[in-house]
Amino acid sequence: MGKTISEKIFSNRSGRDVYANDIVVADIDRLMAHDGNGPLAIKIFRDLGGARVFDPARMVFVLDHYAPSPNERVSRIHDIIRNFADETGCRLHDVGDGICHQLMMEKHGVRPGDLVVGSDSHTCTYGALNVFSTGVGSTDTAAAMLTGKMWFKVPETIAVNVVGLPPQGLAAKDVILNIVSLIGADGAAYQAIEFKGEYASAMSMDDRFTFSNLAVEMGAKAGIFEYDDKTGAWLDDVGSGKGDYAPVHSDRDALYSRSVAVDVSALAPVVAMPHAVDTIAPVSDLDGLPIQQAFLGTCTNGRLSDLETARGILKGKKVAPGLRFIVGPASRDVYIEALKNGIITDLVEAGAVIVPPGCACCVGVANGIPGDGDAVISTANRNFRGRMGNAKASIYLASPATVAASALFGKITDPRKVL
Amino acid sequence: MKGTAHKIGDDINTDYIIAGKHKRDTFDAALMAPHLFEDLDPGLASRIKPGDIIVAGKNFGCGSSREAAPMVIQAAGVSAVLAPSFARIFFRNAINIGLPLLQCDTSAIDDGDLLEIDIAGGVIRDKTHKKDISFKKLPEAMSAIFREGGLVPYLKKHKQFPV
Ligand code: SF4
Repeated sequence: MGKTISEKIFSNRSGRDVYANDIVVADIDRLMAHDGNGPLAIKIFRDLGGARVFDPARMVFVLDHYAPSPNERVSRIHDIIRNFADETGCRLHDVGDGICHQLMMEKHGVRPGDLVVGSDSHTCTYGALNVFSTGVGSTDTAAAMLTGKMWFKVPETIAVNVVGLPPQGLAAKDVILNIVSLIGADGAAYQAIEFKGEYASAMSMDDRFTFSNLAVEMGAKAGIFEYDDKTGAWLDDVGSGKGDYAPVHSDRDALYSRSVAVDVSALAPVVAMPHAVDTIAPVSDLDGLPIQQAFLGTCTNGRLSDLETARGILKGKKVAPGLRFIVGPASRDVYIEALKNGIITDLVEAGAVIVPPGCACCVGVANGIPGDGDAVISTANRNFRGRMGNAKASIYLASPATVAASALFGKITDPRKVL
Repeated sequence: MKGTAHKIGDDINTDYIIAGKHKRDTFDAALMAPHLFEDLDPGLASRIKPGDIIVAGKNFGCGSSREAAPMVIQAAGVSAVLAPSFARIFFRNAINIGLPLLQCDTSAIDDGDLLEIDIAGGVIRDKTHKKDISFKKLPEAMSAIFREGGLVPYLKKHKQFPV
């Protein structure tokens, strides 16, 4: 019987011929922990009697959630990670290097066919690279640090076929928010998603990262793309193309739990409404709603093409008076590129506040907490009440173009007016 | 175990269980416990007495991978969480630390009901409504971990995963 991408990766990494619903112990190719959940993983690793990490070169720590440290307690937490990395020889990204997921893909040789786990739910982002990657908690992370292995139930897979020609002004973020709304916050629970179809093939790598990133907002364990020339070129660009990785393709007769078809030609730009990611509305319905803060960044939409899109809309103009426009590049490399080609200058001239590469104001633990009653438009992946640090604020999620257009007018704005 | 039901809705995410700002400075769950469910219902944490039971709707624990979520529920003295479905990472995390999650139909349970849970017997008794509710058995691998009190004690004893 044919296999899905997930069934093949779990077969390869467990050394057994496995299918959906089989329970396996599998070898982990890369493991990641950040400052949010890493210190607890280190404590549990010690509780388990751990001294040596199974392979320090495969274990990456990233200080990104609270970066730079806002107080002495966080500084102590950062030091736990720094000291541990120093002692064990694990890799470490200190504050300012960027968001863990972007760094895993840019700097740590995450490659097609790999099995990767991280102490963060958006670890699923690397699915865009034809990887099975998923988020776990601190105890599972600690056990994997010790053994290099983890137990899994091989997931069933939903095939999401994205077809059709996108109308002008429709961003990948609009498409994936539509898919999240269609499938629902738990519609893919315990399952993997394979994104397929002509639109998926035509997507840029940055857009594929946005898609895979939002898989967990449907409850999915992973959101995976087929490998193609674009994947290969991206890996070559970041220096992960060397060596002999083996892309994994799904078989024609693979068994899917269900298929969902999405025709993008019928879609329009949307926002996810407060306080749920799967409740969307056409941006045109909200056009004119006053906002106090706009945020461009995160592991969903803080990459170069996202910044470039915003520059296209804001260059030579000014954001609305009284509006805070916060921009957090996803990584140091993204930041440097954006500096070199003038994007940062154009955005700062337009009124942007650039914050260090990292999670910025995504999860309400660093600079950029909204005020009471504020409406925020953001490119992030979650808009739960209190997510950005203030339960009295409302968060609308949208594409980089919608966020930039809205920043320009100080109101939620249909990006098709300015594109 | 026996306790009062605290009923909450569908899709309760880990940010509602414990907000990022309260888990930032510490990983001591006891320090975070007063802020349990704060952005959902600011008074709820103080109404939860040791032994009480959280009765939720579908997809409980969706969102982030923070293990602080089940840890804080445990630290607040909650003896079990009942829901028709749990989000994947939260489910693993809770079992890994030995917090009982019982998958069952919660629609007939009302806020304030007195519940008695017999885990070994597979039954929840709603003393208020005089009604028994059955729950789904854990998959064998998770049951093995749960019986030892979590993944750390399990691995210390067995030196390998329960597969
Ligand atoms: S950017 Fe936001 S969603 Fe992404 S890893 Fe950081 S806190 Fe999580």
